[in-house]
Amino acid sequence: MKMYLAVLRLRLNMGMQYRAAALAGVATQFFWGFIIIMVFEAFYEHAAMTPPISIKELIQYIWLQQAFLVFVMMWFRDNELFDLITSGNIAYELCRPSGLYGFWYAKLLAQRLSSALLRCFPILIVAFLLPKPYKLEPPPSIWAFLLFLSSLLLGLLLLVAISMFLYISVFITLSPMGSLLVFGVLSEFFAGLVIPVPLMPVWLQKIAYVLPFRWTADFPFRVYSGHIPESEAVFGIFIQLAFLTVLVLLGRAALNGVLKKVVVQGG
Amino acid sequence: MIHLEGISKSYRIAKRQTGLRQAAKALFYRDYTTINALKDISFSINQGEIVGYIGPNGAGKSTTIKIMSGILVPDTGTCTILGYTPWKDRTEYVKNIGVVFGQRSQLWWDVPVMDSFELLKDIYKVPQQEYKPTIDLLIETLDLQTIVHSPVRQLSLGQRMRCEIAASLIHNPKILFLDEPTIGLDAVSKIAVRQFIKTINKEKGVTVILTTHDMNDIEALADRVILIGKGSLLYDGNLEELRKHFGTSKIITADYAKNTVPFQIFGTATLSWTPERVVLSIDTEKVKTSEVITQLSNKVELLDVTIESQPIEDIIVQLYKEYQI
Amino acid sequence: MSLYFKYLLIHFKSQMQYRTSFWLLSIGQFFIPFSIFAGLYFLFERFGQIKGWQFFEVALCFAIIHMAFSLSECFARGFDMFSGLVVKGEFDRFLVRPRSTFVQVLGSKFEFTRVGRLLQSLIVLVWALSNLSIEWSAIKAITLVLMIVSGVFIFTGIYMLAAAMCFWTVQGLEVASIFTDGGREMAQYPLNIYQKWVARFFTYVIPFGTVNYLPLQYILGKANGNELIHMLTPVLGSLFIFPCFLVWQFGVRHYRSTGS
Repeated sequence: MKMYLAVLRLRLNMGMQYRAAALAGVATQFFWGFIIIMVFEAFYEHAAMTPPISIKELIQYIWLQQAFLVFVMMWFRDNELFDLITSGNIAYELCRPSGLYGFWYAKLLAQRLSSALLRCFPILIVAFLLPKPYKLEPPPSIWAFLLFLSSLLLGLLLLVAISMFLYISVFITLSPMGSLLVFGVLSEFFAGLVIPVPLMPVWLQKIAYVLPFRWTADFPFRVYSGHIPESEAVFGIFIQLAFLTVLVLLGRAALNGVLKKVVVQGG
Repeated sequence: MIHLEGISKSYRIAKRQTGLRQAAKALFYRDYTTINALKDISFSINQGEIVGYIGPNGAGKSTTIKIMSGILVPDTGTCTILGYTPWKDRTEYVKNIGVVFGQRSQLWWDVPVMDSFELLKDIYKVPQQEYKPTIDLLIETLDLQTIVHSPVRQLSLGQRMRCEIAASLIHNPKILFLDEPTIGLDAVSKIAVRQFIKTINKEKGVTVILTTHDMNDIEALADRVILIGKGSLLYDGNLEELRKHFGTSKIITADYAKNTVPFQIFGTATLSWTPERVVLSIDTEKVKTSEVITQLSNKVELLDVTIESQPIEDIIVQLYKEYQI
Repeated sequence: MSLYFKYLLIHFKSQMQYRTSFWLLSIGQFFIPFSIFAGLYFLFERFGQIKGWQFFEVALCFAIIHMAFSLSECFARGFDMFSGLVVKGEFDRFLVRPRSTFVQVLGSKFEFTRVGRLLQSLIVLVWALSNLSIEWSAIKAITLVLMIVSGVFIFTGIYMLAAAMCFWTVQGLEVASIFTDGGREMAQYPLNIYQKWVARFFTYVIPFGTVNYLPLQYILGKANGNELIHMLTPVLGSLFIFPCFLVWQFGVRHYRSTGS
């Protein structure tokens, strides 16, 4: 545990070194948020039927998405790990005293967490101070907020568990590009980054609900705005936990599987 | 032909602060330090010379090269090369010079070397009838026949450096700037590169200015050295002169029939002694070399004697010390 | 100009050394905007229109800006990737060659894999055009081509501004993506769906409005007022590259006086 905290601290420090880059990133995400909100505003203006999510809830959804973008994006990756796998230097990693799955998981988690910590606060604060209707509203109740926090955290853990499969797949394909592409496009779409899940056609929503991706982002963001009621949210958190357990167990097994192969190949 | 007069150049460097408060401050206000990279540098170089431009790291060598090749504009001073002011008539001027940056490549990594040469031909607008004989000559003298059709990424460092030098000569420049041309090369490649630099200097009359940390390069190539330290010109003259000034000591190694008694000879310092061999350092200002040998032969039965001048590296180190760089 | 094609050729040869990677990346470039387009399609399925614009009209908008973007990423990638050149000191090399830095930087990198994105937007373009009833004339066809050209010029101009910024600092360059990626995303939709200030900024400061919104009105027969002006706006938008070029020149001069 100490080691994992050390990795996190190192990452945060490094992030501070590149504060201009971080500032630029925040500005960029702000701009994106505005553009997306305005597009939806225009769509909503003459909507024939009442859409399944109100514009107010949608605005919360979008600001949270921008603030916690690294919790969604598969593209946010660790090239070091890719190099390690493709170059065959993986043998050195195997010498470490801790399990490989745990170590990589912690490393990836620290990267996303530190990056999010650096970026989310400025975005959230400014979004709170914006004039209506663009303002980021506080959640409807303290319970919604607490549920949001726990589902967000679980979502992050879940995302890292999913991204582990990305790295494991590189053992087999030996080129990160293909895997990144498949994972990147699929996860972004089904996590509601391209269009929010409630606005998808019903048949597509059904697919999204079966896949794990929406539980990383779409779910916590809608818990925040109250679009998902509290009782349903508690139930959702259990689903998140179930997904997490299954994916971690599967990932661990898969990693052990591919590692055995590497060892056999390496002779 | 090359004429520098009173060239000075200083940089402003923003001080980098650590810590959150300092960082916030840096957004509005920055501390600068001024670094005088060059202070009043003047020298002239004639056509056909090979000049070694030496100095420790950060002395201002590459700044000078950058000014002479038209990349940088100096703060003050004049520089006239072939009648041009490099930084003013950049595009006209650079047609006449070739530049090799030892650590960076100008060849395209994934295509055969020959394709890079062809593209450089177009960049420099060399007419085909001029290009053909030049490239043939370069390939022959640099022994590139077997490698020009392979991609650069497959070449060894030595092969690549030979191609780099060829690439910088495609447009028949009158002046060649070589920034550490032998860096990272093995002994054989170094010798080949030196040999070639000599050849083009002799046969084509190309003026060569090279910076290097390898004193053997200087010894093998340059008749004249310019020494720079902390932005100032310290020495400009020929290598022999430099030796005479600073390299007054010589090293004598003598082998002799077994002699168990240690001995002293006037004007020398004993560097090492065994019953069969002694290594002495002579201060030639106090005593002549022949004198020392005579004395030696009086004391022991000499079998073999070798005399070496002080290695030029030592002279440079001595120089650096003297000027406190 | 001939030198630019020589550069193009040599980069193409290099790229062909890595054929598999080229195809993989191209396919990727095909699918990334594909998912965005799918999102657009689903939104129209739900809402039917956006401020009076129909799906195929917006699809045309989408196709044009994405074509312009992929073309500029392919052919002006040198400026987009310029920070790497400055950091490694490769830019010095360009200064000791008797050619303009502009051509040399332009020729320093090409991204042929953008052909995937280009193909995707071309398909959308054809699909959109075949579903719109437009009274075609030679001038409208020319306008359509000019729209894409103007987009290429504007994107290239932004790359040049960002590249010029590298002479002072390589930090914070991500801001440029507001105008490249952000501009692309935004100009997928007709400009009038946005707030006035956004529309104004992207018409008069960075003239993305001249790539599709204004001339599109003319092509679709929606222009009110002088049609000629609507038709010529892409030409005016292309002029954006001139101030960018001046800023670039200024940056080079700064670099040569500081050598940072």
